[in-house]
Amino acid sequence: MDFIPKLFAKNELIVAFLVVGLIMLVSVFISQKLLRNKIPGAAVAITLGLVLAYFGGKKGIADIPLFAGLAFFGGSMMRDFSIVSTAMGASLSEIKKTGWVGILSLFIGIAVAFFIGGSMGYFMGYTDIKSVATIGAGACTFIVGPVTGAALGASSDIIAISIAIGVIKTVVVTILTPLIAKRIGLNNPQTAMIYGGLIGTTSGVAAGLAATDPKLVPYGALTATFYTGLACLLCPSVYYLILSLFI
Amino acid sequence: MKIYGVAVLSACFIAGQLIGEALGIFFHFDGNIGGVGFGMLLLIVLGDWIKKQNWLDAEAESGIHFWSGMYIPVVIAMSSTQNVKAALSGGWVALVVGVFATLLCFSLIPVLSRLQKKTDPSL
Repeated sequence: MDFIPKLFAKNELIVAFLVVGLIMLVSVFISQKLLRNKIPGAAVAITLGLVLAYFGGKKGIADIPLFAGLAFFGGSMMRDFSIVSTAMGASLSEIKKTGWVGILSLFIGIAVAFFIGGSMGYFMGYTDIKSVATIGAGACTFIVGPVTGAALGASSDIIAISIAIGVIKTVVVTILTPLIAKRIGLNNPQTAMIYGGLIGTTSGVAAGLAATDPKLVPYGALTATFYTGLACLLCPSVYYLILSLFI
Repeated sequence: MKIYGVAVLSACFIAGQLIGEALGIFFHFDGNIGGVGFGMLLLIVLGDWIKKQNWLDAEAESGIHFWSGMYIPVVIAMSSTQNVKAALSGGWVALVVGVFATLLCFSLIPVLSRLQKKTDPSL
């Protein structure tokens, strides 16, 4: 009977299509019947994905051979390609309307995550400047943390913590965005762009907006995609120098 | 033909990635700076222009729309492949910093949103 797992392994991407389709089907059912449409099906599905990931390992559920195709389907190439495709429905005039505040939101978002995250680490016992900076960078995204940590020569356990902070941020953003969207006025392209710039984690922003209102995805994703690159530039350099004035 | 739309999308994607990589090299940063963002801007501008020239019919455009429809499934696959165990095993520091620093960023959204409305040139 070992031809069955072999067949699945050989066609892993197709299996992934089927698995995601089934997750969506179950989620829409939960959303409509159990939650009375209070939480959209996409939000349930993304949360369900995170729960499933817990039962896997480093690559989430894709560490289980049967689900290996999910790593490719949900990998950075497919993610970035499908994010770019959403731009087809976006309008340039809406983007222009946001203006310089959109760029400002990037700088403020990175600064707040870095300095507040870092000082929280400081008060929790990580008082040397390299650790503070790495923890603060982790509060930006799970890529900025290790990049900054490596640049400054922080220890590997601090880098691991910074990655964990970044992943927790992604999870928090994914789950929280659709729940508080109304309260923070996240229902128009301009606020979506500011949201993308302030929050920055592309995966979190992408998932959060998908669950809130798919029409807003291109606007939030547009600013968020500049966040990680900009943060990798600012955190180990300019923001680190500012930090060194205090520690 | 649908593939024309997909090809336009791919061209924008690759051009955007190239710009992002070039910026990365320029700033001595090992990685890509805003490649996706540039790809999106290209598709917005180029897509609009191609449509006005009547070079892309509805059929070709549906090739692009297929991929934006696949976006939520991709995100579901992505969330199911996150290292959730590591996130939860990072200890209290990771949990406290991850949650509170993120909440603080959320609280700034309405503030900047008001600033944007004040400076909106179209109003």
